[in-house]
Amino acid sequence: MSRALRLIRRRLLSSIPVLLIVVIMTFLLLETAPGDAVDAYLLSIGGGDANIAESLRRAYGLDQSVLARLWLYLTALARFDLGWSVAFERPVLNLITERLPNTLALMGSATALSFVFGSVLGIIAGSKPESIKDRMLSTISLIFYAIPSFWLGLILSLIFAVQLRWVPTSGIETIASGKTGLERLADIVRHLILPVGALALIYTALFLRVMRASMAEAWKLDFVLFARAKGLSRNRILLRHVARNAALPLITMLGLQAATMLGGSVVIESIFAIPGFGRLAQEAVSGRDAPLLMGIILVSAVLVIIVNLLIDLLQTVLDPRVGASEAMQ
Amino acid sequence: MKLIQKFIKTPEGIVGIIILSILITLALSAPIIAPGDPLRIAGRALAAPFSDPSLPLGTDRLGRDVLSGIIHGARTSLLVGAAAALAAIAIGLMIGLVAGFCGGIVDEVLMRVVDAFQIVPGFLLALAFVSVMGASLPVVVMAIALGAWADPARLTRAQVLSLRERDYVAAARVIGMPPVEIAVKHILPQAVPPVLAVSATIVAAAILTEAALSFLGLGDPNSVTWGSMISEGRNVLRSSPWLSIMPGLALIVTVLGVYLFSEGLTKAMTRPASTDRSAPRDGMTP
Repeated sequence: MSRALRLIRRRLLSSIPVLLIVVIMTFLLLETAPGDAVDAYLLSIGGGDANIAESLRRAYGLDQSVLARLWLYLTALARFDLGWSVAFERPVLNLITERLPNTLALMGSATALSFVFGSVLGIIAGSKPESIKDRMLSTISLIFYAIPSFWLGLILSLIFAVQLRWVPTSGIETIASGKTGLERLADIVRHLILPVGALALIYTALFLRVMRASMAEAWKLDFVLFARAKGLSRNRILLRHVARNAALPLITMLGLQAATMLGGSVVIESIFAIPGFGRLAQEAVSGRDAPLLMGIILVSAVLVIIVNLLIDLLQTVLDPRVGASEAMQ
Repeated sequence: MKLIQKFIKTPEGIVGIIILSILITLALSAPIIAPGDPLRIAGRALAAPFSDPSLPLGTDRLGRDVLSGIIHGARTSLLVGAAAALAAIAIGLMIGLVAGFCGGIVDEVLMRVVDAFQIVPGFLLALAFVSVMGASLPVVVMAIALGAWADPARLTRAQVLSLRERDYVAAARVIGMPPVEIAVKHILPQAVPPVLAVSATIVAAAILTEAALSFLGLGDPNSVTWGSMISEGRNVLRSSPWLSIMPGLALIVTVLGVYLFSEGLTKAMTRPASTDRSAPRDGMTP
């Protein structure tokens, strides 16, 4: 266990400079935008004179120099203060923590489903590389992997929500339905079926391909030859040796995909009108809300770090070789 | 060219190259086969596909020719995809080369920057970049490249680290060749092939990112893109679903073509000619 603790400590320490780079780069990028939050705000309320603009800028600290504001932002960050959203007129951190659970539920269930289906189908395809079964699964998965999630989401909602009317077209739950407890949960599940389904179909294709490819590699390794020489049955070699070894790259893949999935939440939440993290990013862009966008990018970076740390911990449990050298230093 | 021979022997490679050649031909000849501005009004609004021979795929809400839009969309899609991937690979090669070759503090700092770009979702970065710089084709290309250069950089660095220790590099040092010349003339060319092997996936990702950006209304408003056509068709999804379906199919075929091309290339590079690899034989169980 102490090895895991050392891994966690090392990771946390090494992620601080990286997060600092993220903050500084994003801050400077958003700084170059023509116009600021006050311009956007005045536009939205129908304009105002120079005095109002100036007093607003002073109130928001927008009259100070870039470096002074960057320093202010960093010191506030040290107190876990992500600043004030100008578009929503609320603290950024509150907004994000309010929206994040929806996205985590969406992404978590899509990932879990596709991980299970993807690895099972990957084992079926990889059990006999280049067989007809493998070729069919590989071809179908390649096609699904080429489909953009927002398009698949639209098509699924066209078929199952508009034509068949099996599930609602959008939202996370029925508004003002007054449902509580299990009934409310069932309502949320009904709303999430389509977005989760669209994402899961695409991710399943990805996991299938990774699993299949690493199984094809694992068949070539010496221990398979040894297991065959020992006279183990084909199924036993397949499941206990080949599939088990091939599962490690699949778990690594989860970590690599974490950032992509968070980015992908923007379009899928926009299609299904889910009030989540990705939709918040879009709202921040349309409201020219730099502090909010900044907070969203920073929180997503932290999330990606956490996911990768969890995956590394899982790897050290599953495979004693992983992390041994890193924890020893 | 053994590689090309092996490449055209793989079914994936053949299908991929056929799809991509057709698309590139369409994109290049767009002004000839679909002359005029694809954004102009060509006929009655919302004409169904296959109902009018002069407008084979029908028209959208504003009476714009859908087929013309798809052909001109191929232009944007391929152009942005290729340019963004090229920019990402060029930046990645350069940063990876400098980090791997210099080592020490330079390597440490550059790799932390690479880390930073890898943990920020590329799409969010692209979103922020486009919203700051304003939507135009060069900005979209840069925005996509910004989120895609970190992987090739890491790959190049790893390759350079191993190449740096080779004997021929040591020999070049001994004869007094300047370090910059060694890096550019002798290490860079060797570091390129593994990066090229992943370049097809970068192109595919760039095409999908461009489509997603323009779907959200952050693409270049002056050019037709498949993403903006899907988004535009979404307004009449119930009555005229084909307006969203068709550009989506074009997008899938394009990305599929790139993937197949890349699969064929990987197979041609790894597989020795004509021998089937590794398949466990039947009847091996006792």
